[in-house]
Amino acid sequence: MENRFKDRPLEYDYSVTKLFMWATIVLGIVGMLVGVIIAWELAFPAVNTMFGSAIAEYTNFSRLRPLHTNAVAYGFTLSGVWASWYYIGQRVLKVSMAESKFLMFIGKAHFYIYAVAVVGVVVSLLLGYTTSKEYAELEWPMDIGIVVIWVLWGISIAGLIGIRREKAIYISIWYFIATFLAIAMLYIFNDMEIPTYFASGGIGNWFHSVSMYSGSNDAMVQWWFGHNAVAFVFTTPIIALIYYFLPKESGQAVYSYKLSLLSFWGLMFVYLWAGGHHVLYSTVPDWVQTMGSVFSIVLILPSWGSAINMLLTMKGEWQQVASSPLIKFMVLGSTFYMFSTLEGPVQAIKSVNAIAHFTDWIVGHVHDGVLGWVAFMIIAALYHMAPRVFKREIYSKSLMSTQFWIQTLGIVLYFTSMWIAGITQGMMWRAHDEFGNLAYSFIDTVTVLHPYYTLRAIGGTLYLIGFIMFAYNIFKTMSARPVEEDELVNASPMGA
Amino acid sequence: MFHWLEKHPFFFSVLVFAVVAFAGLIEIVPSFAQQSRPVIGTKPYTTLQLTGRQVYIKNGCNTCHSQLIRPFKSETDRYGHYSVSGEYAYDRPFLWGSKRTGPDLMRVGNYRTTDWHENHMKDPASVVPGSLMPKYTWLYKNVADVDTAYAEQLTVQRFFDVPYNKPLPMKDGSKETVKLAATLAGARAEALADAKLITANMKDQDVKDMVKEGKIPEIVALIAYLNSLK
Repeated sequence: MENRFKDRPLEYDYSVTKLFMWATIVLGIVGMLVGVIIAWELAFPAVNTMFGSAIAEYTNFSRLRPLHTNAVAYGFTLSGVWASWYYIGQRVLKVSMAESKFLMFIGKAHFYIYAVAVVGVVVSLLLGYTTSKEYAELEWPMDIGIVVIWVLWGISIAGLIGIRREKAIYISIWYFIATFLAIAMLYIFNDMEIPTYFASGGIGNWFHSVSMYSGSNDAMVQWWFGHNAVAFVFTTPIIALIYYFLPKESGQAVYSYKLSLLSFWGLMFVYLWAGGHHVLYSTVPDWVQTMGSVFSIVLILPSWGSAINMLLTMKGEWQQVASSPLIKFMVLGSTFYMFSTLEGPVQAIKSVNAIAHFTDWIVGHVHDGVLGWVAFMIIAALYHMAPRVFKREIYSKSLMSTQFWIQTLGIVLYFTSMWIAGITQGMMWRAHDEFGNLAYSFIDTVTVLHPYYTLRAIGGTLYLIGFIMFAYNIFKTMSARPVEEDELVNASPMGA
Repeated sequence: MFHWLEKHPFFFSVLVFAVVAFAGLIEIVPSFAQQSRPVIGTKPYTTLQLTGRQVYIKNGCNTCHSQLIRPFKSETDRYGHYSVSGEYAYDRPFLWGSKRTGPDLMRVGNYRTTDWHENHMKDPASVVPGSLMPKYTWLYKNVADVDTAYAEQLTVQRFFDVPYNKPLPMKDGSKETVKLAATLAGARAEALADAKLITANMKDQDVKDMVKEGKIPEIVALIAYLNSLK
């Protein structure tokens, strides 16, 4: 096998990448559309019953919200990550999927089992089958499906690495390995549950389970998981993407190897400690809260390490930001990563958290991270891969540019309105009048948010419109452009 | 060392895992040695209350309502005594939530009544003008799943020694026992008896009729659960 490609360049096989690119686009539209619907529901509660009161049970905010988070995190984001893995993996390990029938089978099985699981997740969440734990809502039969999918991905990683020609594994692969290992550990421990149907000898609903942990312990495990699901779904795999796609697209070498080392190992060690900042002033042990708070501040170092490393990779080539919309996505993505990883630690400071916790500021923080960093990087990854996977130029550069500005405006509206909403509400909750009584009833702190909820819904809608433009652009790329023979080395070929 | 690791992905992965797992080992494992102990006055849920808790979870109430009162004057003024770890001893899963789009519900049983909940869940804005909460009209029609709640009770009794049928100390020095029926039929009968106590304070005729026929609408179970939050 070693000599098979000796005299000609490697032909990479992108069939699994293509499948996951489709999933990225479809699940992106679904997840963001649900997000936009629930944003309007908060601004105008009548939207809850807009689809008819007969099905209001399935369209109201509290049923749809977990569907939104699951669809964008485990649908859109993971599909984007996997599309990129099946592309980057072959290229940096210098081995083609076509070389191993086994790995091709695993890759396809990975996708198709995932597709079936997605349908199961959507249906079960809509029906209200949920454990209630955020980002771990799925009940035990779904959990087993997720484990199977995850193991298949693990086999794919280990398999491609096993038959690699390039001895040293590139930075992106470090981050993919870390993502695989950490999520496996977190997911299994957080989802330890006993199916009640079997434990009680066949009574009740077989889908139901009960958590193995109770009360404060349950909360501690959940946020150890919850925070690091963010770390290892929204951070490490996205760093894997930018470490590959930014140097490739710009034609620049990664600025500093030492900085990559420092930020990788720093991130690995520090991130897991920070989960405690989700349960500040709660009933979990005080020292866990303090550790969570302190390590959140320390976390700025490895986070900014990666982001600065990426921005400095553009050193001397900043004109590309002006000329290439694709570089724009990645540079702004990296900037939002810096921004979000500074905002998070600020919110983790105990006295700030006293105001910020339970408010929309937290929602704003999540969204400047995911809209500005995660989704922008995945969009950039697909724009970089599409010309190489489909061997066609990007359909329209100007559409891409318009999309960039519409989505950027959407993000700005989103996080600014949520900042104001969150801080306003946090301050109103704690306000006392001159006699020491509470100054506002709870409903006062709700009605005041209406304009900000409306602005946020507009911001989200703009972002969705941009995403639909992206879907259209990719679709037209595959269907309306002539096939190119040669692949460009750096910048993606783009039409007008 | 790093150059060597990059050429040996297996050992690289082992080291990554060790570094990642470290924090969990230090932070979480010791706390489990100290299992959370119930404070005096904390009781496990009855069949109907647990049914209601499952209705609460099914409808995602925890996406907008917290059950965690932080130790600040503004919070204790608004919601009552701050939360204590032992109060959550029988909560599987915990329902602290992460967002207060609506108010905290940790002690809602102290200051809201069956009647208030009945009106509120049907049309929140009619009770609290300006409320963003959707109308939960289906709760008045759907039949609650008592069987699954009973299965959960049996499970937690068997695996976690939740003290059903045992006298528990209350705050006033008395003892109370939360009964767990020996059979499914017994559990259903108990839940129905509890449901009748709730519907005695309700107005909705359809709900009353359903309970008369032996069926418990989700709203009744949910109110039983909310009333138990004190």
